[in-house]
Amino acid sequence: MKKINYIIISVLFSLLFIVLYLSLGNEKIYNTQDLVGKKISEVEINLFQSNETFNTKELTNNEFTILNFWASWCGPCRKEHPNLVRLSKIKNLKLIGVNFKDEKDNARNFLRENGNPFDILAEDKNGKNSVNFGVYGIPETILIDSKLKILKKYIGPLNINDVNEIRKIVKK
Amino acid sequence: MLSNLGILFTIGTLFTSLFIIFFTFKEFKVVNNLIPSKIYKFTLFQLFFSISSFFVLLLAYILSDFSLVNVYENSHSNKPLFYKISGTWGNHEGSLLLWINILVLFSSLFLFLTKNNDKSFKVLTLLFQNLLITTFLIFLLTNSNPFSGLFPVPLEGLGLNPILQDPALAIHPPLLYVGFVGSSIYFSAALAALISKIDSQSFAVSIKSWVLVSWFFQTVGILVGSIWAYYELGWGGYWFWDPVENSSLMPWFVMTALLHSILVLERRIGLYSWVIVLSILTFTMSVTGTFLVRSGILNSVHTFASDPSRGLFILSFLVLMVFSSIFIFFKFSPKEDKKYSIFSKEAFIIANNWFMIFFLGVVLIGTLYPVLLDTITGSKISVGPPYYNLILAPFLIPLLFLMTSGPNYKWISNEIRSLFNLVLVLSVTLFLITFFFIKENNFLINLILFFSIYLITQTLFDFYESFKKKNINISRIISHLGFGLLIFFIYINHIFSVENNFNLKLGETKKTDYYTIKFVNLEEQSIKNYKSIIGYFNVSNKKNFTSKELKPEIRVYDKPFTITYEASINSNLFSDTYLTMSNISDTDVFNIKFQVKPFMNLIWLSVLLLSLGGVLNFFKRKKR
Repeated sequence: MKKINYIIISVLFSLLFIVLYLSLGNEKIYNTQDLVGKKISEVEINLFQSNETFNTKELTNNEFTILNFWASWCGPCRKEHPNLVRLSKIKNLKLIGVNFKDEKDNARNFLRENGNPFDILAEDKNGKNSVNFGVYGIPETILIDSKLKILKKYIGPLNINDVNEIRKIVKK
Repeated sequence: MLSNLGILFTIGTLFTSLFIIFFTFKEFKVVNNLIPSKIYKFTLFQLFFSISSFFVLLLAYILSDFSLVNVYENSHSNKPLFYKISGTWGNHEGSLLLWINILVLFSSLFLFLTKNNDKSFKVLTLLFQNLLITTFLIFLLTNSNPFSGLFPVPLEGLGLNPILQDPALAIHPPLLYVGFVGSSIYFSAALAALISKIDSQSFAVSIKSWVLVSWFFQTVGILVGSIWAYYELGWGGYWFWDPVENSSLMPWFVMTALLHSILVLERRIGLYSWVIVLSILTFTMSVTGTFLVRSGILNSVHTFASDPSRGLFILSFLVLMVFSSIFIFFKFSPKEDKKYSIFSKEAFIIANNWFMIFFLGVVLIGTLYPVLLDTITGSKISVGPPYYNLILAPFLIPLLFLMTSGPNYKWISNEIRSLFNLVLVLSVTLFLITFFFIKENNFLINLILFFSIYLITQTLFDFYESFKKKNINISRIISHLGFGLLIFFIYINHIFSVENNFNLKLGETKKTDYYTIKFVNLEEQSIKNYKSIIGYFNVSNKKNFTSKELKPEIRVYDKPFTITYEASINSNLFSDTYLTMSNISDTDVFNIKFQVKPFMNLIWLSVLLLSLGGVLNFFKRKKR
């Protein structure tokens, strides 16, 4: 009996320790990069200029779509904006801007000053819809194809290398 | 300079530990009753080196010596002296040094103070304790050296996380460390007892004081941590079942069980193996908690920078410790075939132990399950308060009942006592009066309230009875009373807490059911190492027409840049009015969290009472 107890206890502890050992190598920080390759979830968002809504299903009509989450109060968004304007010139790429937790007037002024690169402008007043896209900070940009599959995800402001990378992907 | 000196002292500690291991190993087989004086001498040297190394680090913090990486990363010359000092243990490396100091301190205190004359027991305890010390010293020197130098020496440090710049938090870690690192000494003693085969009673007597000391510090440490969370985190709660909080609670359950089992062992009634298992388990739980916190495998408000190599070391240590303990236990465990009569004090204590182990199991599973699931299946879940409340609450009822009835049973007896007595009648009456005021519908909560009242009444009655007989077990009475009051106030607080969240602009007023909250003024102040935005609020109670001024703060620290929200609490014995404000970016609107929390101070006092019982017991033993 003593021997059996000895073996059972030892085996249980061994199993526990093996799992704890494996958990050491695990990624602990919440990371949305693993969403790449997955389909975006179906989300209904309010449009910025009207009271109508927009469903992400409609994006299947576009060959490629960029979803950009931005706000007028966000400094890095101002910095990346010229790069969004650059992207807006690519023909088979549509840009959807999601204005995040912002005041309408401020957002309008922002676009008036920096140019409006967006084909569709939506808003997420309380930030709840953006969560469905796996966004946890702004600016964030998601590139999807016509099957709504996420091809790329950029956390933080887009730089010129990102623009070139997107150009390459879209050209193929 | 300080860097070299610190390393020198640490190496000095390491060498003396190795000498002690060598001599104690040689000595435990020598049959006589004399511990050679060199063991005492080396222990004194070890204590000197160890404390000196800690003082060197402390000095480096006080002098803001940024030639030490550790000081550079965790301090700043503008910081108030108090927080420079507490910065010493506010980080992984410094706290590890504190760990080692406590291990060494307990080792020497055990050698000098324990009156047990069994030489091999004493020497072996020292051997095991020094094995622990050596392992941690190697870890410190190779992986987490607080004395690592930095060149060129930076002019300024990076600062201490502002959330840690708080008096309660400055003393919270050292208290907890004394608690759970202190448990190392009865871990070592338990292994030594197995090998040296000392009799159960002298083992119980030699470890009881240590268990009491560590239990007391653990209890107070948890209390201070809760108080800190209550006013600093700004959520108005005091216990969040956060994995790191759980890590401090798990050893507490085992210590509490141990404290009670020792009572049985002291009287030679039995439980020798069980007390040994608990002694081993307490320190194992402490190291497991340390592993969970320091390896970074848990997400929690307790932010220790995570480092897998650190985790790997502690895990290897834990594996070694657990398997050697299991091996020693099964090889040397004493034979026991005791039968306990159901209606005896020891039976109640055993039942109490099983409840403690059950609570430990629930908290352990709740803490580890998300980690295991994430590792095995990759899915992320979090286990929160609903799980703990659902599983633990019902079991409070039998526990409270056992605490009420158990102490009045006699040792080794089988005398059945009638439950129907004056105390029960009085408790029912008191409960009905309480019920009349609270009108709570939840059956379970009512039951818990009734049984806590029953415990409180019975304990007060016991006090009166034993006072008459002039034979007072005051420590038990105080502790059990504290626990009864704690549970009672926690539930009353839960029932009557009010919380309102709303947005306000300066000058606006918000009316809730019972309160009117006016945002009167906003002021900016510059203080030594932060900027403060203070809101002035007038809170008036519509019922009794009293009004209070509350001044919550938003603090912007620059080194490192952090924003903290300081709650403003108007506190009296019966109720706390609690207000926090946070700004909403780029607007002049502030988000206000307004709470009224009854009996918070009585919750803290109950825990103090609970721990006071431990102190009284300690001094009672010394007097004897």
